[in-house]
Amino acid sequence: MDASSTNVLLRSRRMRPWEPVLWLLAFAAPLALPGHALIINEIAIVALFALSLDLILGYTGIVSLGHAAFFGMGGYAAALFAKHVMPDPLVGLAVGIAAATLLGAVASFTVMRGTDLTRLMVTLGVGLIMLELANKLDWLTGGADGLQGVVMGPVLGKFEFDLFGRTAAWYSMSVLLVLFLLARRVVQSPFGATLKAIRDNRLRAMAIGIPVTAKLAQVYTLAAALAGAAGALLTQTTGFASLDLFEFHRSADVMLILVIGGVGWLYGGVVGAIGFKLLQDLISAVTPQYWTFWIGLFLVVLVLVGRERLIRPWTWFGGRKA
Amino acid sequence: MLTILFDGVAYGMLLFILAVGLAVTMGLMNFINLAHGAFAMAGGYITVLLMQRLNVPFLWCLPLAFIGTALLGAVLERTLYRPLYHKAHLDQVLFSIGLVFMAVATVDYFVGSTGQIIQLPAWLKGRTELGSGAFMLGMGHYRLFIIAVCAALTVGLQYVLTRTRFGSRLRASVDDQRVAAGMGINVNIVFLSTFAFGSGLAGLGGALGAEVLGLDPSFPLKFMIYFLIVVAVGGTSSITGPLLAALLLGIADVAGKYYIPKLGAFIVYSLMILILMWRPQGLFVRKGGK
Repeated sequence: MDASSTNVLLRSRRMRPWEPVLWLLAFAAPLALPGHALIINEIAIVALFALSLDLILGYTGIVSLGHAAFFGMGGYAAALFAKHVMPDPLVGLAVGIAAATLLGAVASFTVMRGTDLTRLMVTLGVGLIMLELANKLDWLTGGADGLQGVVMGPVLGKFEFDLFGRTAAWYSMSVLLVLFLLARRVVQSPFGATLKAIRDNRLRAMAIGIPVTAKLAQVYTLAAALAGAAGALLTQTTGFASLDLFEFHRSADVMLILVIGGVGWLYGGVVGAIGFKLLQDLISAVTPQYWTFWIGLFLVVLVLVGRERLIRPWTWFGGRKA
Repeated sequence: MLTILFDGVAYGMLLFILAVGLAVTMGLMNFINLAHGAFAMAGGYITVLLMQRLNVPFLWCLPLAFIGTALLGAVLERTLYRPLYHKAHLDQVLFSIGLVFMAVATVDYFVGSTGQIIQLPAWLKGRTELGSGAFMLGMGHYRLFIIAVCAALTVGLQYVLTRTRFGSRLRASVDDQRVAAGMGINVNIVFLSTFAFGSGLAGLGGALGAEVLGLDPSFPLKFMIYFLIVVAVGGTSSITGPLLAALLLGIADVAGKYYIPKLGAFIVYSLMILILMWRPQGLFVRKGGK
């Protein structure tokens, strides 16, 4: 390895000059667009959720259709904690993360073996079991009516959640930033490199001495924790938890979001979340009821054209290279 | 108790007919097709619409549902599915979820989101009871009819797969696509006809099952997991595997919902996860299979 390639490796880890600008713009957005603070909050949450999926899908190659299980777990845990124990958001967030981490650690045993199909099935199964549980334990979760009456205290004891969602947006965005930096540190560490090795060739990774199952368990648990944080943020800022948190379409949507933004790239989740929300707004303004049709069509076309070309507009025109 | 067993068997047979096409296409092309339920729904809606709008008798609707969905399957295979056989599984999952979303919204748009009811002919409506007490066996005539049709289809399928020339071509293609192509088998034609036939079977299953499973636009999402369970647990290398898995699933589901309604579908899902953790390749896979 010569000096220039070492530089390339180092450079790819440093923060680019545009990144702080982007985050500053994001934090300024609720001030600049006060009417859209709620949507900004939602985008930040969905971006965090997509980020967590990216860890297992983009960096480790586990196709999961049940990631909403952890989202919902974190959401319900935070909501229940706020309702029954104490209303402080940060402690609630920690509780939500802890609950999702625990569930992730248990569920990680299910994704270690088997093919893509098997993993798809068990992740889907875990998601459905969580949905069933939340539905049947109605004395705890409120069942199909949802969990109502969640009142949150002020963040850090100072910043009350306001009606326009400005505090909520800043709160979610700060959590997103912290966890984003954490995820970035993780994927750029040697641990992240082993994950990519497992994704690219599991057999070879095993042969060079990577403990594949242990690494899979660790990253799955970590991804579950981040998803739990996203779920906790959602229930805290909306003050409401419902079965919708566990629904299948949530797992499918987050996969779509990640794919729009680009898999295996941490900003993919953020870009995808913005793109998806804008797309959703646009389409549901035209056909409120049937917007899933257009999302479906978008997915089909996206895959047929090749999803890696979506984020590379310069390949849209001109002949395809062989 | 026997009645539950009987209902479970009928349910299982139905699931088998619905899912066997998926098992073959998944084993054949290694394609994760989550949109299989959409074909079943198409068959169900063909039947409902033919009966309601054109007053076609129920028995005539069944072959029409089969033919209609088989044609649909053939067209989609040729135009949309074929380019994706060699893409990553993630692409296939996204693509088929997209198809499901489109199918759900389309049916919702044209037919409406309410559940559809099938008016069965009078001779299928009755119920026969045998024995008494704990061992009473109550057989709904329609369920008996389902079992008969599905059993006939299963025997037919097994015959085609093991005894005919097409069956051996199909098995050769499943075992090793490249070698099969090298031996002069037109793998594309085998794929196309198998996909069309599998979709047709799903459509027939959807038509038969509309009365038992219920039919509304969310059908492909609701039953996707069931089809996948049949395939994942049963394996894709034979049709006895999916058959046994479907029967197991049908009986477990009916019995579970009857005896422990509080747990609902919980049992089935946990059972599936445990089985897949224990044998990730499925329960009934021959040794050395892929």
